[in-house]
Amino acid sequence: MDINPNRHTAYLIARHAEGTIWLARYMERIENLARILDVTNTFARDADDSRNWLSVPRINGDLVEFHKRHQIATQRTVGEFYLLDTTNETSVQSFIIAARENARTLRALISTEMWLQINVFYGHIRALDAASIVPEHFTAVCNMLKDGAQSHTGITEGTFYRDQAWHFYMIGRYLERADQTTRLLDTRFHSLVPREDASDNIDAGQWNALLRAAAGYHAYRREHPNGYHPQEVACFLLANRAFPRSVGLNLGRVERHLTQLRTSYGLRGMSAALERLDQLNATMTYQNVTELASRDLSPFLDFVQREIGGLHQDIVETFI
Amino acid sequence: MPVGAASQSQSQSQLQPHGTMQGYDPNSFFCEMLRPGQPQHPTLTLLLSRLAALPISSLRQRAADAERDLLERGITFTVYSDATAIDRILPFDLIPRVITPSEWNQIETGVVQRVRALNMFLRDIYHERKILADKIVPEALVLKNAGYCEAMVGFNVPYNTYVHVCGTDIVRDETGEFRVLEDNARTPSGVAYVVENRHMSLRVMSDLMTGLRVRGVEEYGLRLHNAMAEIAPAAVSDPQVVVLSPGIFNSAYFEHVFLAREMGVPLVEGRDLTVEGGKVWMRTTAGLAAVHTIYRRIGDDFLDPDAFNPDSMLGVRGLIDCWRHGTVAIANAVGTGVADDKAIYAYMPRIIRYYLSEEPILKNVETRICAEPESLAYTLDHLAELVTKPVAESGGYGILIGPHASKQQLEDFRVLLKADPSNYISQPTLKLSVSPTLCDDGVRPRHIDLRPFAVTGKETWVLPGGLTRVALKQGTLVVNSSQGGGTKDTWVLA
Repeated sequence: MDINPNRHTAYLIARHAEGTIWLARYMERIENLARILDVTNTFARDADDSRNWLSVPRINGDLVEFHKRHQIATQRTVGEFYLLDTTNETSVQSFIIAARENARTLRALISTEMWLQINVFYGHIRALDAASIVPEHFTAVCNMLKDGAQSHTGITEGTFYRDQAWHFYMIGRYLERADQTTRLLDTRFHSLVPREDASDNIDAGQWNALLRAAAGYHAYRREHPNGYHPQEVACFLLANRAFPRSVGLNLGRVERHLTQLRTSYGLRGMSAALERLDQLNATMTYQNVTELASRDLSPFLDFVQREIGGLHQDIVETFI
Repeated sequence: MPVGAASQSQSQSQLQPHGTMQGYDPNSFFCEMLRPGQPQHPTLTLLLSRLAALPISSLRQRAADAERDLLERGITFTVYSDATAIDRILPFDLIPRVITPSEWNQIETGVVQRVRALNMFLRDIYHERKILADKIVPEALVLKNAGYCEAMVGFNVPYNTYVHVCGTDIVRDETGEFRVLEDNARTPSGVAYVVENRHMSLRVMSDLMTGLRVRGVEEYGLRLHNAMAEIAPAAVSDPQVVVLSPGIFNSAYFEHVFLAREMGVPLVEGRDLTVEGGKVWMRTTAGLAAVHTIYRRIGDDFLDPDAFNPDSMLGVRGLIDCWRHGTVAIANAVGTGVADDKAIYAYMPRIIRYYLSEEPILKNVETRICAEPESLAYTLDHLAELVTKPVAESGGYGILIGPHASKQQLEDFRVLLKADPSNYISQPTLKLSVSPTLCDDGVRPRHIDLRPFAVTGKETWVLPGGLTRVALKQGTLVVNSSQGGGTKDTWVLA
């Protein structure tokens, strides 16, 4: 990177670095959650209603919290839990409140257009009520959420100055994407693999939903026009370097931004994070994933999730 | 009131309210747009005709656009009640308040003069105390003042500047005379609204503004940064300035963000700063980085738990010690509260004459110091017409508003006043000037004031214009944001 020798050294307050990571993570979570809800909504119409809606709190590790509030999982109860409930820390309400609070903290650092959009998006989400999540509006609400989160991503791409804060922001985004894809794969794979002998119809429907929830359905079809194979789906979501939400691609991006923080800004002490990342990345190969997926992928996915959490911790402890 | 009314009738006729301004009647108040008895200014005539030609529906549409814009931009202050947080905007009235070049000249030179006098006064009372020895200002009023800071005695600040940012509240009486209502020498706020209001005018009232040669307000951040760099420790070539805020829950947080952005410096909280080896550092991703000037937006008491309030979580332990050793600069200086106190205000004209041998360019509101026998006699004789205030109290406690008081209240107050005259000052009730303002029933006169902002490092610079606050409720004189006040853009003509 060519650095202007006359520039004033622009330090980044450590607390703000952590704030940018969280801002990115919360906005990603809104997009992911909206996509999962939308896919579940579309998917659940043909199948057993309660079982499929329960998959949403299962993916998010929210079964206990969900059952504290609701007895059965339906569109209404899951919609209420994730779209309206401010006491649920994993609802879009909680996410946008936290995202906006981070954005307020970072207001002096982020672009005016980023702030404005988050503030308006916040207003839209806070205005959701029981009437907005009835069946006929459900998809529209999910689309509004995806739109808002993706507008944020686009505005950030177009207006956020590429200094340290940007790198931390991107680290947050890619960590979150890797984490979300791992969760998605973990729960669905768990329920799918033992039923390999079930009818093709059901399997196709489930794989289809899984890939759609990761925004990867059409890309997967193009690469694998002949049908679904668990190992191939696993490879696609974990090892594929062209799919924007694959774990491997996202971990590679995290590494790139960490390296830039070291080379362009002289930040030190990130060897723990880079080492962990190296080891994790080495597992994201077609060969390795194919082999693991032929047996049981779950222990591996648990390991990946723990390591992603560990990475976030390493980074926070190093810089913040 | 108007002198030579007959000879001026022709030119005055151009300034009659018409069109959208139909029915606008400022009565006996001085109107900032019609300006009775003042020389005509062609720009004001043009502005009035443009304004009059705007349909009221267009004004209302623009006002609605502006309000939505402010909410979306989060140019808000947060009101906390119970568990809920509500974002409120400070209402923006889109009809600008205009200041002519000659008026601005008086305000600007008057503010510069006042800031000089305030700084010389602070320098003196924390050093030689000549003004006390010469009995210009009573010693007890200064040394027993709540804003007086013992830790400042004998301490030198760069360029003898204590008040780096000063907000001078100015009103205009019914004769059109500008008068200073109070000095804000601690951490005056509102400058962000000056700039944001201008942006809003450019967005929604650009047709009104075209070609009028209104002076810009964009320089503030640069000027402030330069002043902050000037006062940094002398050995530092590229000083690191920061804005110190209490955090996102402070009602002025939006302004703290604005200041950091406009200066291009980090916005920090106390927890981001630390003192090590006699210096102040900020915690960054690259480790500790030196800080040279702190533009603080937290009060004296909260700055340093070692020096002041030991319970403060907002400040930085050891900060004052660093300041006293000259390794960091703090703006505004600690202990400036004594200079913007109500009691000292009454003495400001004398303070200006004492240090500068000049007459005040901006008058005070006529203030009688009841410690002085003739003033006491006058106050007692006119109690029913005057506002009489205890000097030691704040927040409006113990004030007698003569015209609103009952006979019994007047008699009770008379007893208090006689018992302790030196605790009181009295002022006439003010007839604040008005400005055309968009109200529910059309464009109507509403009372306004003005807070220009002066930035001082080595020299003093005054941002052209200032914050114009407007009392939106009919008849009310209160322009505070907490009391239903709004703001206007302030146009200083070039």
